[in-house]
Amino acid sequence: MSDHFLFAVLPYVSVTVFLAMTIRRYQARTSTYSALSSQFLENRQHFWGSIPFHYGLLVVLAGHLVAFLLPDAILGWNAAPLRLVLLEITALAMAILALVGLVCIAVRGLRYPLARRVTNAGDWFIYCGLGLQIGLGIWIAIAHGWGSSWFATSMAPWLWSLVKLHPDVSYVAPMPLAVKLHIINAFLIIGILPFTRLVHVLVVPNPYLWRRAQVVLWNRDPKGPRAAK
Amino acid sequence: MDVRSQVAMVIHLDKCIGCHSCSVACKNLWTEREGSEYMWWNNVETKPGTGYPTRWEDQESYRGGWKETDQKLALRSTSKSKIVSNIFHNPAQPSIDDYYEPWTYQYRELFGAPEGDDQPGARPVSLLTGEPLDVAAGPNWDDDLGGSQVYAAHDPNLYALTAEERAQMMTVERLALFYLPRVCNHCLNPSCVASCPSGALYKRGEDGIVLQNQDRCRAWRSCISACPYKKTYYNWSAGKSEKCILCFPQLETGQAPACFHGCVGRSRFLGTLLYDAERIPRAATSASHDLVQAQRDLILDADDPQVVAAAKESGIPQGVLESARRSPVRRFVKEWKLALPLHAEWRTLPMLFYVPPLLPVMSSRRGDVVRNEVEGLFGGLDEARAPLAYLGALFAAGNLGQLRYALEKQLALRLWRRHVTVGDLSKAQAEEALAAADCDPEEAQAIHTLVTTAGYTERFALPPFQREMAIEMLGDPHTHSSDAGFGRRVAPKRSCGGGRRRAGSLESSARVPRGGDRSHPGGGGDPRTRSPRARGGAASALRLRRHPPRGMSGGALHAHLRRQRRARAGGGVAPPRGEPLPGSLPGAHARAPARARPGRGGGAARPPHEPPLPPGTRRRRAGPGARSGGPAPGPVEDRGGLRGPLQPVPRGDRRPGATARPRGGRR
Repeated sequence: MSDHFLFAVLPYVSVTVFLAMTIRRYQARTSTYSALSSQFLENRQHFWGSIPFHYGLLVVLAGHLVAFLLPDAILGWNAAPLRLVLLEITALAMAILALVGLVCIAVRGLRYPLARRVTNAGDWFIYCGLGLQIGLGIWIAIAHGWGSSWFATSMAPWLWSLVKLHPDVSYVAPMPLAVKLHIINAFLIIGILPFTRLVHVLVVPNPYLWRRAQVVLWNRDPKGPRAAK
Repeated sequence: MDVRSQVAMVIHLDKCIGCHSCSVACKNLWTEREGSEYMWWNNVETKPGTGYPTRWEDQESYRGGWKETDQKLALRSTSKSKIVSNIFHNPAQPSIDDYYEPWTYQYRELFGAPEGDDQPGARPVSLLTGEPLDVAAGPNWDDDLGGSQVYAAHDPNLYALTAEERAQMMTVERLALFYLPRVCNHCLNPSCVASCPSGALYKRGEDGIVLQNQDRCRAWRSCISACPYKKTYYNWSAGKSEKCILCFPQLETGQAPACFHGCVGRSRFLGTLLYDAERIPRAATSASHDLVQAQRDLILDADDPQVVAAAKESGIPQGVLESARRSPVRRFVKEWKLALPLHAEWRTLPMLFYVPPLLPVMSSRRGDVVRNEVEGLFGGLDEARAPLAYLGALFAAGNLGQLRYALEKQLALRLWRRHVTVGDLSKAQAEEALAAADCDPEEAQAIHTLVTTAGYTERFALPPFQREMAIEMLGDPHTHSSDAGFGRRVAPKRSCGGGRRRAGSLESSARVPRGGDRSHPGGGGDPRTRSPRARGGAASALRLRRHPPRGMSGGALHAHLRRQRRARAGGGVAPPRGEPLPGSLPGAHARAPARARPGRGGGAARPPHEPPLPPGTRRRRAGPGARSGGPAPGPVEDRGGLRGPLQPVPRGDRRPGATARPRGGRR
C-alpha cells in the first residue's frame, strides 16, 4: 500500500506541484527566476564547486534521460561487456564529480563570510536534498551494479507506465531500499524545485544561440503606420 | 540609410574639477539599495591611475569589448560556443575585491559613547557582512594621484609610453593629473547587450539608451565581463545585473540626468545625434587607426536635407530632428572635432565623448630655481605634462593626429581669448593661431560661449521624448512597467547569513560587543582575539599587485598580476592580521598596539595571562605578532583609526592602508 502511494501517487503529486508552481511563479514573479550567482562575492573557490557539480550532474541526468527514452539502445550498447563497464565507470565518475562539486559549494558557503552571507536556508535545504540524491546514486552504482541495464529493463517501463497513466508498481516493489529512496527523493526534489533557486535550470539561455548580436527594442514599429512621414 | 537617434554625451575634461557632485547625485538616486552599495554608475577617476574597478582598462585580464579579426567582430569574453562553461563559472568575471567592499560606520558607538578619557569614534563595518572591516580601499582611493608610484604607475595606458616618457611623467615637477568622469557610454555596438545569454539587455530604439530588463536577467553575469568600461554591475543581493539608465525617467520628463544636472563645473553636455545604423558594422571593424574618424562618419548632419528626408523615412519625429540640429554634442564631435571617444579600440562605438584636457607645462623647478620653460604664452603640445601618447591611448585609439587636432584647437582658442580679454596678443597673431588649428573667430566664439556661459537648455538639448504618452496611446502602461530597467514589481529577495541590517542609521549594524568595555568607543574584547579577517577590497588587490619584480613589462607584468590575483585568498580568508601579505613591505600592517583597559568590563579586555592592573594604568601590548590569534568568538575590534592625533607616516611607509597613525602607541 505504501508502495502504491510512494510510486504511483507521489510522482503525480510532485509533477503537478512542479508544473503548477513553476508556471505560477513565472507569471507572478518572473524576476525571481535567477541563478542567484555568488561568483561575484567569492571568485576562486567558486570554480572548484560550480564546474564539477554542474558538468557531473548534467552528464548523469542526461544518462537517466537517455535510459528512460531509449532503453533498447542502452541494452544494445551494454551487450558488449567492455562497453557496459565503460558506461558504468563514466557514470560513476561523473556522479562522484558532482558530489565533490556539491561538497565544495557547501564548504564554500560555510567557510567564506561573503558566500555565507548569501547562502540561505533554502539553499541548505537543496544542498542536503541533492547531496542525499547523489550519494544514494553512488551507493547504488557500487552496491547494485550494472544499473544502466536494470534501469532499462525495470525503471524505464515503470516510468513509462507513469507517463501512460497506468502506474505499475510491480516494477519498483522488489527493488532494494536504496533504489526506492533514490526514487522518492528524486520526486521530492522535483516537487520542491519551484520553491527554490533551482528554477534556474528551467530558463537556460537557449535563445542566445540563434539571436542576433544586438537587441533593439522599439515602442512602435520604426517603419510602421505610426511612423512620421 | 537607416537613420536613428541617440542621446549622446560630451564631458569637457578641462572643466572637470573632480568634485564628485555627479557621483553623489547618482548614488543618492539609484544605488543606495542593498546589493548595490558598491556600485558607482557614475564615478570620477584620477588619471593617470588605476581607476574603479582596479585596472579596469586592462582587457588582458578583464576581457571586455570586441576584438576584430579579418573584418569580423567577436566578443573577447564569451561566444556562442563558450556560453555554457561561462555560465557555470565565468573566468573573466571581476569580483568584489576588484571593486571594494562597501562599509559604513558604527555611529551608535560614536553618539552613544559614555563619558570617558578617550575620544569616541565609529568603527568601520562591512555593509555586506556587518563585520568590522579594515578599510584599505574605496572607489576613488587614488584620488589626486595618492601615492603615484602605487597607483599612477600601474595605469594600464602607460603601455603607450617609452620608459623615458614614463619616468618623466612620474617626476614630481612634471606630475600631471586630470579627472575622468565615467558613466555608461550607451554604445552603438554594446558588448554587454551582445553577450547577454538571456537577451535581457537591449538598446531603446527611440533614443539609444542601453537598458536591462530585470525580469529577464538570470544572473549569468556575461555582461559584467563583456563591458570593457565595467559599467554593468552585479547586484549580489537581488541576483541581477544593473547599469546606468541615463536617468531615463528624468529625460522623459524633460530634465537632464542627475549626473549632468548636478555638474557644478558645467563640464557636461547632452544632446541628440543622428546616425546611420547601416554603417555600424563597417565602422566597428575599421582599422584601429581609423576608428575615431569612422565613428565620426557614422554621425549624420541633421541640417543636410537628404539626411532629414531619410530620417523622416525612418520614422524620426520632427521634434527629435530639431533637437538634433541644436545638439551641443553634434557640434563638439562632428563639427568642431573637439570631443573624442574613450578607448575606441574596444569597438563598442561609445556615445560618451570627451574633450581631452590641455595640460601645458608652465615652469619647472631645478633645485631652488623655478624656470619658465616655455616659449610663447602657453608653450607647445609636445612639452605638455601629460605626454600626447598617453592621452592618445585613452582617447584616440593611438591615432595622435586626431588628438593633436583637438588639443591644438583648444590651445588656439586660448590664444584668441587672450587677444580678446587681455590684448597682449595682436589680432593677426591670434587669427593666425586659429587658422593654423583649422578654426576661425566665429567658431572660436561659438566654442567659447558653449563651454563658458551656455545655460541649461544650451548644454542639455533634450529631445522631446513623450515616450510615456506614446506608450499610453498604444496600450496599458503597466504592461510595460517591467520592460524598462527598473520597473520590477516583485523584488527578488535573498535572506542573509550575516548580521547586517540597513546600515548607515544610528541603529546600524555590527554586533555590539557583549560584556565588552563599553567605555571604549571601539568596544571591548581581547585584542589578541581579533578576527583574522582583514579584507581590503581593491586595495588588498593593489597591495598584492604592487611591486612586481623590476624589469617586468607588458605581458610579463600582466601574467604576474594575474597570478597574484589568483593567489589572493578568495572570499575573505586573508592572512592573519599582523602578518604582511605577500608582496607588501614589512610593517605594512603594523598599527597602533591596542591597550587593555581595565576598569569597567576590563576583565574581558585583559589577556588572561596578565595580572590585573591597578585602575588608571595602561599596559602596552607587544608588536603585531601578539595579535594574530585564532578567530574571535566574540566581537572583533579595530580601533586603529581611533587613537591619537594623526601623525605623519614615516617616509618609506607611505602606502594605502598605512594611513597616518601613530606607530607604537600614543604614549
